[in-house]
Amino acid sequence: MMATLTKAFKPILGRQLGNTAKVFGAAVNSQRGKPTYPPPAKYGGRHTVTLIPGDGIGPELLNHVRELFRFSCVPVDFEVVHVNSASTSEDDINNAIMAIRRNGVALKGNVETNHTMPPNHKSRNNLLRTSLDLYANMMHCQSLPGVQTRHKNIDIIIIRENTEGEYSSLEHESVSGVVESLKIITRNNSLRIADYAFRLARDKGRRRVTAVHKANIMKLGDGLFLQCCKEVASGYPDIEFDSMIVDNTTMQLVSKPHQFDVMVMPNLYGNVVSNVCAGLVGGPGLVPGANYGRDYAVFETATRNTGKSISNRNIANPTAMLLASCLMLDHLKLHDYANMIRGAILTTMNETRLHTVDIGGQGTTSEVVQSIMRIIQSGGPLTTEI
Amino acid sequence: MGAIKTQSPQPRTFSRGIQTVTLIPGDGIGPEISTAVMKIFEAAKAPIQWEERNVTAIKGPGGRWMIPPEAKESMDKSKIGLKGPLKTPIAAGHPSMNLLLRKTFDLYANVRPCVSIEGYKTPYTDVDLVTIRENTEGEYSGIEHLIVDGVVQSIKLITEEASRRIAEYAFEYARNNQRASVTAVHKANIMRMSDGLFLRKCREVAENYKDVKFTEMYLDTVCLNMVQDPSQFDVLVMPNLYGDILSDLCAGLIGGLGVTPSGNIGANGVAIFESVHGTAPDIAGKDLANPTALLLSAVMMLRHMGLHGHANKIETACFDTIREKKVLTKDLGGNSKCSEFTADICRRVQDMD
Repeated sequence: MMATLTKAFKPILGRQLGNTAKVFGAAVNSQRGKPTYPPPAKYGGRHTVTLIPGDGIGPELLNHVRELFRFSCVPVDFEVVHVNSASTSEDDINNAIMAIRRNGVALKGNVETNHTMPPNHKSRNNLLRTSLDLYANMMHCQSLPGVQTRHKNIDIIIIRENTEGEYSSLEHESVSGVVESLKIITRNNSLRIADYAFRLARDKGRRRVTAVHKANIMKLGDGLFLQCCKEVASGYPDIEFDSMIVDNTTMQLVSKPHQFDVMVMPNLYGNVVSNVCAGLVGGPGLVPGANYGRDYAVFETATRNTGKSISNRNIANPTAMLLASCLMLDHLKLHDYANMIRGAILTTMNETRLHTVDIGGQGTTSEVVQSIMRIIQSGGPLTTEI
Repeated sequence: MGAIKTQSPQPRTFSRGIQTVTLIPGDGIGPEISTAVMKIFEAAKAPIQWEERNVTAIKGPGGRWMIPPEAKESMDKSKIGLKGPLKTPIAAGHPSMNLLLRKTFDLYANVRPCVSIEGYKTPYTDVDLVTIRENTEGEYSGIEHLIVDGVVQSIKLITEEASRRIAEYAFEYARNNQRASVTAVHKANIMRMSDGLFLRKCREVAENYKDVKFTEMYLDTVCLNMVQDPSQFDVLVMPNLYGDILSDLCAGLIGGLGVTPSGNIGANGVAIFESVHGTAPDIAGKDLANPTALLLSAVMMLRHMGLHGHANKIETACFDTIREKKVLTKDLGGNSKCSEFTADICRRVQDMD
């Protein structure tokens, strides 16, 4: 009788005990009805993941990720593809896209966009997202216990449509001095992202989804987005749905952020809201981001900064990139490794003297990474030499 | 929160040194807070003569909606307006009143100074910035089409002329109010041509204002840094949508729309100052409203007209009352009535003389 009772309670207990896993964006039940999972690039039990170093702090942080993975004996091999942001040809980014198609998963730094180049030179990051149809950008903003911020205990998931909206790159100058930029909203993509948001909310046991829009002004465009969200909401009666206008949203975020649970929105508002939330929990160095498509997944830092001013000075905060790599490990179903690394990162975060400059400390990147490796080593599993 | 050098050659309406201002009380709590402001101005002996007007839209000849001719005439004469909150009609058939006013007077710049109010505590204590938002075009042009079923396009319009005008206003403002820098907020990495044009115009205008530092920053970086350290920003200039979001974000930093002043500058020297909160129909007529937003907008108006002495007096009285925390209205955390709050400010203003 006790045995059966324990068995019945085990899933509940397991869920509570597996807090780190649940809390930090693990196991986003990415099956979504897909039969083949994890991605097929798996040889001899080792996964192959495309690595795009990018510019600024990307290369150094990704080196740390590789170092950490090698140390912890994570069965992941990286295929490095460089993308030169200065070159005008699209060969580099096309190679990267092909590599990602081959491997199914990527970890990337931000590729800088020189905005003084002519309009036909599109943002490399944007090209990657649209070519691979990575339609959902997910960012889980959580206050980390060791970090001092003005607002505490924030826990918001932001889902941002990643391929259309204002980022369609469709612009023209019809008359000299008058430029038109098109914002495209389609029913299919809006339904798709709304469905992703509700499914995610359900999988993670979240109770409310808020759609962020500006439909009072952009009646047709954002009106369509809102309507699609409402339609999808009706299929999820267990999850509350409400909507809020984007300017009110930002105002509420800085005064009462705890009212938000899961938020879904088109591309540009997603950019604004995700940056505001990242700032609320402590800055760009702490939050990982994930871009999911039907067939591919690309992981990066949530706010996609190049960090040129702090590159190669050993002061960048590796937390965001390391947590992104943990999200990637979860995606590859290597949950044990993900939880181990994540736990080590959180323990390190509690040490104020190891905080990097962006969160008010004086630690260096390598000190943080060393500390994480030490914690992993003391945790017991087989590791290589530090 | 300051004056701008007026470029209009027409002299203000003048009679015995008293300047006329068109007052639009608005709906909901509008009339009570307007009365409060008038009382405070009287106590401060400000040389202002109020002309109350209603701006509910009427259908003019040709079937186009317009504001009543008396209102337009009054504004054209006085050039300065103070507006309370206007109700947005849902099924009245005519566009929003704010939009109508904007089009009628070509109010191209929306200026919102955000300064932390000592005494009204928010997690952000060192905010002192101004957002200047282009108010006529950009994403709010209202041009939308249904391409095929299920595909909608909204057009964001950026013109050279409007960008140049707003950039010039921003630099003039910075210069006249001793602000150190102007930052253009954009997303030119994605919207290369449109924001690129805006940015180019800002750079060109910056050449003529070498005394003011000019920087450019991506919208997402501004948002990120704004919630971490708002003290690094000074004057921000940007197109319509970003301005909408950022100005509300900054209002949220200092305590919300109930304490934020706002001014709209138009061509031909017209300026309309307004409170940006809603009409609050649930507390209308109950003497519970908070007149701070309208009062601070009125102070902005005084500075615009060059009446700095009176402006400072009234502003100090208002901040002192809030700091004392004895007669605060409900939204500021107190229990007092609007009339008590107003009376306290009037008393302080009179004591200052």
